[in-house]
Amino acid sequence: MGKKYSRPQALTDVVTHYCPGCGHGILHRLVAEIIDELGIRGSAIAVAPVGCAVVAYDYWDIDCAEAAHGRALAVATGLKRVQPDKIVFTYQGDGDLAAIGTAETIHAANRGENLTVIFVNNAVYGMTGGQMAPTTLLSQKTATTPRGRQAATEGYPLKISEMLALLNGVVSVERTAVSSPKEVLNTRRAIKDAFMNQMERKGFSIVEVLSMCPTYWDKSPVDAARWIAEEMVKYFPLGKIK
Amino acid sequence: MKKTILYSGNEAMGEAAIRAGLKFYAGYPITPQNELTAYMADQLPQRGGIFIQSESELAAINMIFGASAAGARVMTSSSSPGISLKQEGISYIAGAQLPAVIINVMRAGPGLGNIWPAQSDYFQATKGGGHGDYHLIVLAPASVQESFDLTRLAFELADRHRIAVMVLSDGLLGQMMEGLTFDEELAPPPAVEKPWALTGARDRKPHVVCSLFMKRPDVEKNNLILQKKYRRVVSREVRYAETFMDDATMAVVAYGSVARIAEAVVRRLRAKGKRVGLFRPVTLWPFPAKRLADLSRRVKKFLVVEMSYGQMVEDVRLSVEGRAAVSFYGRSGGGVPTESQIEREILKSLSAPLKRRGR
Repeated sequence: MGKKYSRPQALTDVVTHYCPGCGHGILHRLVAEIIDELGIRGSAIAVAPVGCAVVAYDYWDIDCAEAAHGRALAVATGLKRVQPDKIVFTYQGDGDLAAIGTAETIHAANRGENLTVIFVNNAVYGMTGGQMAPTTLLSQKTATTPRGRQAATEGYPLKISEMLALLNGVVSVERTAVSSPKEVLNTRRAIKDAFMNQMERKGFSIVEVLSMCPTYWDKSPVDAARWIAEEMVKYFPLGKIK
Repeated sequence: MKKTILYSGNEAMGEAAIRAGLKFYAGYPITPQNELTAYMADQLPQRGGIFIQSESELAAINMIFGASAAGARVMTSSSSPGISLKQEGISYIAGAQLPAVIINVMRAGPGLGNIWPAQSDYFQATKGGGHGDYHLIVLAPASVQESFDLTRLAFELADRHRIAVMVLSDGLLGQMMEGLTFDEELAPPPAVEKPWALTGARDRKPHVVCSLFMKRPDVEKNNLILQKKYRRVVSREVRYAETFMDDATMAVVAYGSVARIAEAVVRRLRAKGKRVGLFRPVTLWPFPAKRLADLSRRVKKFLVVEMSYGQMVEDVRLSVEGRAAVSFYGRSGGGVPTESQIEREILKSLSAPLKRRGR
């Protein structure tokens, strides 16, 4: 019987800095598997965000730019426009993509840049110590919403994927999760579709992935996964948005 | 074949960039540099390049970060308030050692100020501007012709040193029209190997373009690499122009459009027998400190004239190290020093007694 499971070539052989139960490790692996499967290791270029995934370039064995906070899609626009035959993708968190980088996100999408975006929504700023993110749920406690997020003062969680789906330049928007094996497999399929859209020169594709942050949700890894399935999906429903 | 056309400074910088092999330009509308962005929108796509009107100054500078990381010759342009917005990206470009050309057609500040010419971004341009220990090469044209020539040079220097180069123009130089002469057959500066570029890791180890170094000693290491580069730039790339400096006993120091006005005054006073000269820094960073230091051993009076309330004058004082008297005249906020104002200041300086200095 052959070997069924091994490290993808596009994933470096190092231990990540991510916390136990964090979704980034799963997602990094999925991206690497898809790069291998599509045979694009030699043409893929990643743009890492500022946030927990800031050193993603240490984990993927491909060319990578590290962008300023929120500017990943502007950097990706420059990379892709001058070499349209390369496969350029950004990997961004909720603060990066939907707060400080909102303008870059919306305008890259609206220009229909032929890019792939992996948007990791874990409802919190992880790198800086668990502050409120644009996607933090109502009542969710964070370092900067110590009594829980209130709509009256902090507004509602931002549904940026639904907003992006309105734009003519966007070809595909999908929301998935990594909270169960079934959802992981579906996320893998969605990310692969988003890369294939780019390879087929269709335009801007984004996959929003609901991902666990046990550390700043103050939950065990198992409870964190359950919280996605039971709470997060109520506000951020899974499925194809466009 | 040489060709002479009537062009504005803004258009001249655009034409020079395209002829220097510019591949990617991103810009955002702001007066008084709009002609340059419009020139790029019209010309660049039909001459093999890519033009994007970005959604913001931040996006523009980060787009050129990306395109430069891919190995392309890149440029963005703006005017003072827009350049302030770009500072984050400029700092990242410096940290990641990306070649880039940035045009600043300066206008009056602080804040929104107004759209009239100024030179009040000297500190920002030459001392860093954004966070961290870094420098840009800063080139200061004083004519439409030089706007063209120095923009071409900016691309050469950017590639040669893996550095961002700022062409520091102003609203007067950008808007005015003069004859511009260039060789139509002149090829772009030769392409430079960019073995660090992000082109896909086919059959090689991956490249990373970043300004982040998580381990503490690594940032210091990167900073030492930058400092070494800056020392190399200081030793090789200083440029300046001198008029009547051979026998001058007093020198006006001015750059850019102010140097043009000062030159007219200096020429007139020379005709009257006054031993006045003009020293014009062409590179504001690296500043021609050594040449000024040498001059200060025989020229004992310097008058610095700027469209600011005294920025470059600090570098002149640091250069002469007390060996000569340095006086200053400046206007800022849209006011341009007139010939008569500069003449008055020169005569004042000439007639002032030299202070005896202790050792």
